[in-house]
Amino acid sequence: MDYASALELQRRLVTQRQQGAIDDQLLLVEHPHVVTLGRNGHRENLLASDEILERAGVAFHPTDRGGDITYHGPGQLVGYPILDLRQWKRDVGAYVRAIEETLIATLAGFGIAAGRIPKLTGVWVDGRKIAAIGVHISRWVTSHGFALNVSTDLSYFQYIVPCGLTKPVTSMAALGVRATLEEVGYVLAAHFGRVFDFELPLVAPALAGARKREPI
Amino acid sequence: MTDVVMPQMGESIVEGTLTKWLKKPGEHVERDEPLFEISTDKVDTEIPSPAAGTLSEVMVEEGKTVGINTVVARIEENGASAAATAPPAQAAAAPAAAPPAPAPVESAAAEPPPFVEAPAPPQPAVEEPAPAAEPAGPLSPLVRKLARENNIDLSRVKGTGAGGRITKQDVEGYMAQRPVAAAAAPAPSPATPAPAPRIAASPAAAPLAPTHPAKTRVEPLSTMRIKIAEHMVLSKRTSAHVTTIHRVDMTAVAKMRERNKAAFQANYGFNLTYLPFITRAVVVALRQFPLLNASLDGNNIIYHNEINIGIAVALENGLIVPVIRGADEKNVLGLQRAVVDLAARARSRQLKPDEVLGGTFSITNFGSFGSLVGTPIINQPQVAILGVGTVDKTPVVINDAIAIRSICHLSLSFDHRLIDGALADQFMSKVKQVLEGWTEEVQ
Repeated sequence: MDYASALELQRRLVTQRQQGAIDDQLLLVEHPHVVTLGRNGHRENLLASDEILERAGVAFHPTDRGGDITYHGPGQLVGYPILDLRQWKRDVGAYVRAIEETLIATLAGFGIAAGRIPKLTGVWVDGRKIAAIGVHISRWVTSHGFALNVSTDLSYFQYIVPCGLTKPVTSMAALGVRATLEEVGYVLAAHFGRVFDFELPLVAPALAGARKREPI
Repeated sequence: MTDVVMPQMGESIVEGTLTKWLKKPGEHVERDEPLFEISTDKVDTEIPSPAAGTLSEVMVEEGKTVGINTVVARIEENGASAAATAPPAQAAAAPAAAPPAPAPVESAAAEPPPFVEAPAPPQPAVEEPAPAAEPAGPLSPLVRKLARENNIDLSRVKGTGAGGRITKQDVEGYMAQRPVAAAAAPAPSPATPAPAPRIAASPAAAPLAPTHPAKTRVEPLSTMRIKIAEHMVLSKRTSAHVTTIHRVDMTAVAKMRERNKAAFQANYGFNLTYLPFITRAVVVALRQFPLLNASLDGNNIIYHNEINIGIAVALENGLIVPVIRGADEKNVLGLQRAVVDLAARARSRQLKPDEVLGGTFSITNFGSFGSLVGTPIINQPQVAILGVGTVDKTPVVINDAIAIRSICHLSLSFDHRLIDGALADQFMSKVKQVLEGWTEEVQ
């Protein structure tokens, strides 16, 4: 799903969530190559010129989430929880920590010991960033979310200074774990349900792909 | 005049950066309309205006980081500039009128303490008559369920969540402590597994050691999977399962089906399959042998007057058994319609809770996945379940001649505590007889 469509979908769901028309949602998607800049991001953290980006087939998109600059692309599991935090905890700090916990538990399931670095939001393995977090909140309803590098081509990060930090990035594949986005999505959705106290009726249907069945 | 303050966004957050004013001084703003944006550790938040009026004064410019409850602006209520000199009592009324946003604090009233508790979230009206000892704070449905299922008095559980709220972990922690209280060994035995099924590593303070490629991966069970697992083991433990298998000639049914297939598709928009024929035959046989439509309760037999047939439906990662109520009042058309409707809504997860309850007998159609014969597990508290194998054209001997017939194997798993083999086979013979001599019109 391209970034602009995902943004539009989120806006629609946020409005519906604010009106109480829908329940909490977790969207799991994969984007084509795109570099996005948070509201408080610094354009100078984009290292490549527009022409270089264009030649590499990478779109550029300013956006309204927290955080600085980041890259999304194939092989990256991007999650957009649309939650009403009033139904959970009215605490944006706890929310970010809970997203981190979900990601850490998911990675643990694949044998990767990931953790936090104090004051550097995100999830880290051996000093390398494996998942980025950036959130927007409007009337306690969340949008944007996290991006987990599953089999991301890490060379695309050369165009940016991720989140304005000069720290290296990594991916599950780079750590020797072969897993598809679908597999990781299932595990992540299950942990997300546990961390946020959901009885998960939705298990990443977007990625699951409805298989056709024989009529009975 | 209403003061606009930097809101409290969470327990651990003591300050925020004001990143953008969405209104300029002198502009009008509605109550609850986004007024400014703040940024706290990777989270951008739009803050709605606590009051309607004119943004009269902006005290904190964009890019400044200030502590929570700092006054960042003032809003002059509409009406008159005279309001500026209005008695303070009038202004004091304003904050109470704006519940969704953290209420503004009157800065005139002394210096605000650095940690002012955010106003309590508006309490949803108590849905059920709460027991006297209902703890304060909202309880998640999961916590309520956990407490109910494990018979826990929540007033004894200490909440560690926001505002003392009880979390799932608190309840699990309480449950883990409870049974050992009597034995109360001073030190927990090292062999005892950790009480809560926490898979997550604790927050690591520093970068971790390099990892090794995993040979396995660990995935928590879905709630549905846990329930299926519990139910299957419970059933095997409860009933004395025996399975009997009958070979049924479905040729008469196949012909009837062939004749009506196109009309079904044209008139009703769904396929005509073998399942409603088999269900119909089961209903006829259940009427004749009501012990198969019963439950066992201690030393009593409960005969069900209704015939409610559960139909097992395979899902992406599990199965569910929605129920056709009053199945004895439906013909083949009605049964097919019910099967199509329940299966479709089961797969789109739109079944209502009571649509999976109250079954008195179940049918599982593993034949649609190619299985010839299976030995299904009884759906408790029922006493029998029919498994339907695939229907194949098969050479069979009839009157010492070889004929090609549509053959299906039906297997009945029954609870031998209540039903003996002779009865089970009489029941199956009846099912077989109805199907092999099918004459009833289907619509």
